Amino acid sequence: MSSGEKYVAAAYLVVLVGVLAYVLIIATKLARLEREVGELAELAKRRKAESRG
Amino acid sequence: MSYTRDVGALARKDLLLELRARDTLPAMLIFVIATLVVFHFALPAGSSDLASNGLLWVAILFTALLGLGRSFVPEREGGVLDGLVLAPCDRSAIWLAKSLAVLTFLGLVELVALPAFAIFFSAVDGTTVAAVVLADLGICTVGTFLAAMASAGRARELLLPLLFLPLAIPIVVGGVGASVVANGGRYLVFLALYDAVFAIICWASFEYVVTE
Amino acid sequence: MSSPNSRLPALAALALGLVAAATALVFFFAPLDADQGLSQKIFYFHVPIALTAYACFGWGAWKALLHLWKREPGADLESYVAIHQGVIFGALTLLTGSIWARASWGVWWTWSSNQLVLFLVLFLFYCAYFMLRFSVDPGPQRANFSAVYALFGVALIPVSFLAIRLASDFIHPTVFTSAGPQMSAKMFFTFCVCLAAMLSLAATLNAVELSGKRLDARLRELREALA
Repeated sequence: MSSGEKYVAAAYLVVLVGVLAYVLIIATKLARLEREVGELAELAKRRKAESRG
Repeated sequence: MSYTRDVGALARKDLLLELRARDTLPAMLIFVIATLVVFHFALPAGSSDLASNGLLWVAILFTALLGLGRSFVPEREGGVLDGLVLAPCDRSAIWLAKSLAVLTFLGLVELVALPAFAIFFSAVDGTTVAAVVLADLGICTVGTFLAAMASAGRARELLLPLLFLPLAIPIVVGGVGASVVANGGRYLVFLALYDAVFAIICWASFEYVVTE
Repeated sequence: MSSPNSRLPALAALALGLVAAATALVFFFAPLDADQGLSQKIFYFHVPIALTAYACFGWGAWKALLHLWKREPGADLESYVAIHQGVIFGALTLLTGSIWARASWGVWWTWSSNQLVLFLVLFLFYCAYFMLRFSVDPGPQRANFSAVYALFGVALIPVSFLAIRLASDFIHPTVFTSAGPQMSAKMFFTFCVCLAAMLSLAATLNAVELSGKRLDARLRELREALA
């Protein structure tokens, strides 16, 4: 691989890694949101059971 | 007319406060002289005068930061800003008056610093003095504005330099250009342009900084 | 608050198609540059990424203006997310620019490339934006501070550009020009597709982050309602 090829590959890699790192951050946020929704659903269910019983 | 009277009254308040307490101006004076002494040791022997000219601008900028960092301390400690916002005056008058007060301090410091620089390092020409005056205007208008924002934050002492230095880079470019290039007229024009652009933005948007 | 849910998949699909097409065009369609050879291909996405970063900063400032002027609800969040995108693309610009400088001039950083220096200044400026935003408690005051600072940013871009041009007279004479001498029609077409690809990518990421932030706010409301 010539040095020109190496640099072009490196530049593309930087962009790809940047976008993937962004996806990773969004994914961790999404996981947190999912957990919170789960907690809220549990809470809502318990409320419903309490109001019935 | 009442606008200028408001500005005058507010600026006089800051100057009187400084006359009584004397906590900003002496600190700035000692700081700028100490900085110049540090620069003597930072410049290796044989460095050109041009390098010391550049350092003059660093000294001015950091001295101004020192003063700006203190500029809203009395307001914050006394809760004065809330009262001023309620007062029946244009909010931008608060910014303009504070800028004038800081400009006075900075000007007084430079009355000492520029001769000191001329004695320690190299002579100061007319273009440099003009550039210093124009740069002071820009530093004080933008710096006061940012100091008002920074004083409301949690990490206020840390925040102001971070906010201010990227905005001050054009001032340094204009100032250093005017003092090292033989025909520095266009750098003065650039500094005046900077002052005008940012003074208008600050004047128009200061209202949003002190109100919700 | 209009629901972006129907638009988001379409936007993502567009970004996917355009990025794939742009990559293919860069390597299989655009001719090799006569002077710089293969390393000129960095240009095809370094420059579009830089322009996209400007677009993000501009969009953020526009939303900031709407917040201050029309008091549009949600404009503060949109402004913040747009500037966040701008900083990400700005960081990518600095990294790819540095690699390009190394490839064509043999140095990792050159002060004589005005665009690169301008990006460094802007990068510092917008990093301070985040410091400002996170040092003030959430509320109308934080929204105002962020908006005003974002407006400073759009004024700083042309002023800094001019300053760096002027500075190159006494700091470093400009020897290199970053764009090639002349772009052929094929090169220009590739460049345009790349620009569209990067803009759509930024728009997609923007929409994803925004919907996440809105979801977060809604969940907080729900928690308060249930508590």
